[in-house]
Amino acid sequence: MENNKENNTNRKSSESKKIKRREVIKGLATIPVLGAFIYGWYKKQKFDRLLKQAIQEDISLDAVNPVINKNISKGKQIRIGIIGCGSRGRALLKAAGFVHPETIDTWKEEALKNKTDKRYHDYLEQEDLNLVVNGVCDVFDINAEKGQEAASNLNSEGSGGNMGAKPRRYRTYKELLAARDIDAVIIATPDHWHGTMTIEAAKSGKHVYSEKPMTLAVPETYKVVKAVKENNIVFQLGHQNRQNESYFKAKEAIKKNILGRINLIEVTTNRNSPNGAWVYNIPEEAGPSNIDWKQFIGPAPYHDFSLKRFFRWRCWWDYSTGLSGDLFTHEYDAMNQILGLGIPDSAVSSGGIYYFKDGRTVPDVLQMVFEYPDRNFSLVYSASLASNKKRGRVIMGHDAYMEVGKDLKIYVDTGSTKYKKKLDEGIIDPSLPLYSFTPGMKQVDAITSPTEQYFAGRGLLYTYRGGKRVDTTHLHIKEWIDCIRDGTQPSCNIDMGFEEAMTAHMGTIAYRENRKVFWDSDKQKIV
Amino acid sequence: MKSIKYITYSTMQLFWLVALRVLIGWYFLYEGMVKLTNPNWSSVGYLLDSEGFLKGFYLSLASNPFILKTVDFLNIWGLIAIGLGLILGTFSRIAIIAGIILMGLYYFSHPPFIGLKYSLPMEGSYLFVNKILVELAALVVLFVFPTSKKIGLDRFIFSRKKK
Repeated sequence: MENNKENNTNRKSSESKKIKRREVIKGLATIPVLGAFIYGWYKKQKFDRLLKQAIQEDISLDAVNPVINKNISKGKQIRIGIIGCGSRGRALLKAAGFVHPETIDTWKEEALKNKTDKRYHDYLEQEDLNLVVNGVCDVFDINAEKGQEAASNLNSEGSGGNMGAKPRRYRTYKELLAARDIDAVIIATPDHWHGTMTIEAAKSGKHVYSEKPMTLAVPETYKVVKAVKENNIVFQLGHQNRQNESYFKAKEAIKKNILGRINLIEVTTNRNSPNGAWVYNIPEEAGPSNIDWKQFIGPAPYHDFSLKRFFRWRCWWDYSTGLSGDLFTHEYDAMNQILGLGIPDSAVSSGGIYYFKDGRTVPDVLQMVFEYPDRNFSLVYSASLASNKKRGRVIMGHDAYMEVGKDLKIYVDTGSTKYKKKLDEGIIDPSLPLYSFTPGMKQVDAITSPTEQYFAGRGLLYTYRGGKRVDTTHLHIKEWIDCIRDGTQPSCNIDMGFEEAMTAHMGTIAYRENRKVFWDSDKQKIV
Repeated sequence: MKSIKYITYSTMQLFWLVALRVLIGWYFLYEGMVKLTNPNWSSVGYLLDSEGFLKGFYLSLASNPFILKTVDFLNIWGLIAIGLGLILGTFSRIAIIAGIILMGLYYFSHPPFIGLKYSLPMEGSYLFVNKILVELAALVVLFVFPTSKKIGLDRFIFSRKKK
């Protein structure tokens, strides 16, 4: 009996042990899955790291934003004057810290409708450059008034806000340049005035920020260079994309020879809206009574008063350099910055007025090819003002190609020798970027009009500094102002301007004279 | 509702319910870990890409940097916690409910309705029904047929509480 009892208790305890063990197993049954996950995760991380390392050996570029020294606008106040207060002139005033109250109204309205529209917010964060606008000049009364209103908006307020004193309006640019209370001028007139005004400004000792193109024609280009250098002024050409972070990265990648031997560079312009094709609105109130037509014509051939010519001046050779001076220059400057192009050996060009048959003389479709035999590559420009097909800005090398715009992407070429082994081993996937860099990556922007989108996509509107979105034009003006304060030369200085002007003129001459033109580097002449 | 404890399953039923739970858990855990280990990940792009009748709500989440940070944090650690909860069977009931809410939020941010277009690439979307909705339904199944007190750490957690 006792034995039986003992047996019973033994059996019971072993049974309860079994039950407990089963309990534990049931409770912990899925833990091995977690183990499998951790193991898998570790393996994958290791594999990814290996791929990354293998690629980084080749490119040694990191995704960290380039460090740009930020100097703060201290020092004495700089007194500026502005010649030309149209839409570009007012954009420059805005970048300098003087925005028209109506623009503030629009920004505020848009920000209420669309929470991602941060233009007002970004503007308020823009650095104060310690400037004052002491003179405004425009041959169209309404634009001059708008310029005055913007310049007096010292507190960045909307309509009806507390404004400062309006700066003086000068009827002629000569009077503005003679003013003693102006240190520096912003020139945002039609192209045919840029050269003459820069020369006269330099002679009267005023520093100059001029919109591109630097000149309308070849002869005045030499005179501009001479005047700027002899009078020791600080000259900045208006290529705000000099301030784009992805271009600094692109330059670094080129320096490290990631692309191999570069043989072809393709830059493009594609727009498809009346505004993009320079068919700007003509204000109803505009007429001979409020436009100083004679002064507008200035050095250009005489023509009877024409509202179309006045507001859509970019469509005529008389006042404009067309696609070459207006839009190719942006592309050229981007490449000159990244590759140090200089003036090409030769240029050919073709195109025509194929879509906008509105009486214009400049083409709306244009191709220009520039040869750089010393560098063993060609630069091709192709433009259409009546198609929005997206075409990048591409630098092609034997081993990889690079797309540069607001962001930067490098793809390995399938026929590359340098990366052949890694391509064969599957370490590099040519359909994915080998390297990509997006300034201010965590941000998403809302950009409104098609023309704005065009500019933003090409890195012409905004870039990032320390993760903050900033207007590139503001940075470009700031650089000019900083240089005036410490007596140095800015990034898009007169030498850059000369190279660009000559290159663009070569393209224009090739188109207009329908011939191949050459650069004689000894004589520094187009032949 | 009938007390969960008394539901009895056949071995096959239990096995496949647990398998479903673990597989969905794996999915959540992976999604969370990927976001955690990518220093550039943020929910902002997804939120701003929202469409449908709750668009305004999602955009408002994205517009405030503090709220956005909170959303990012909750997303990452929510996904990881739900994943672990489902795999290990710990506090599975809460994990499943949280998972259903999260899936609902994802679904209504990018509802696959006619005429709505998204700039982000969509995976597995078939007119009203998408991958997220199927996963949401699977989570509801797991809620109705709980298993964590049979297979999972909840077996210990809740039996101890009972005593």
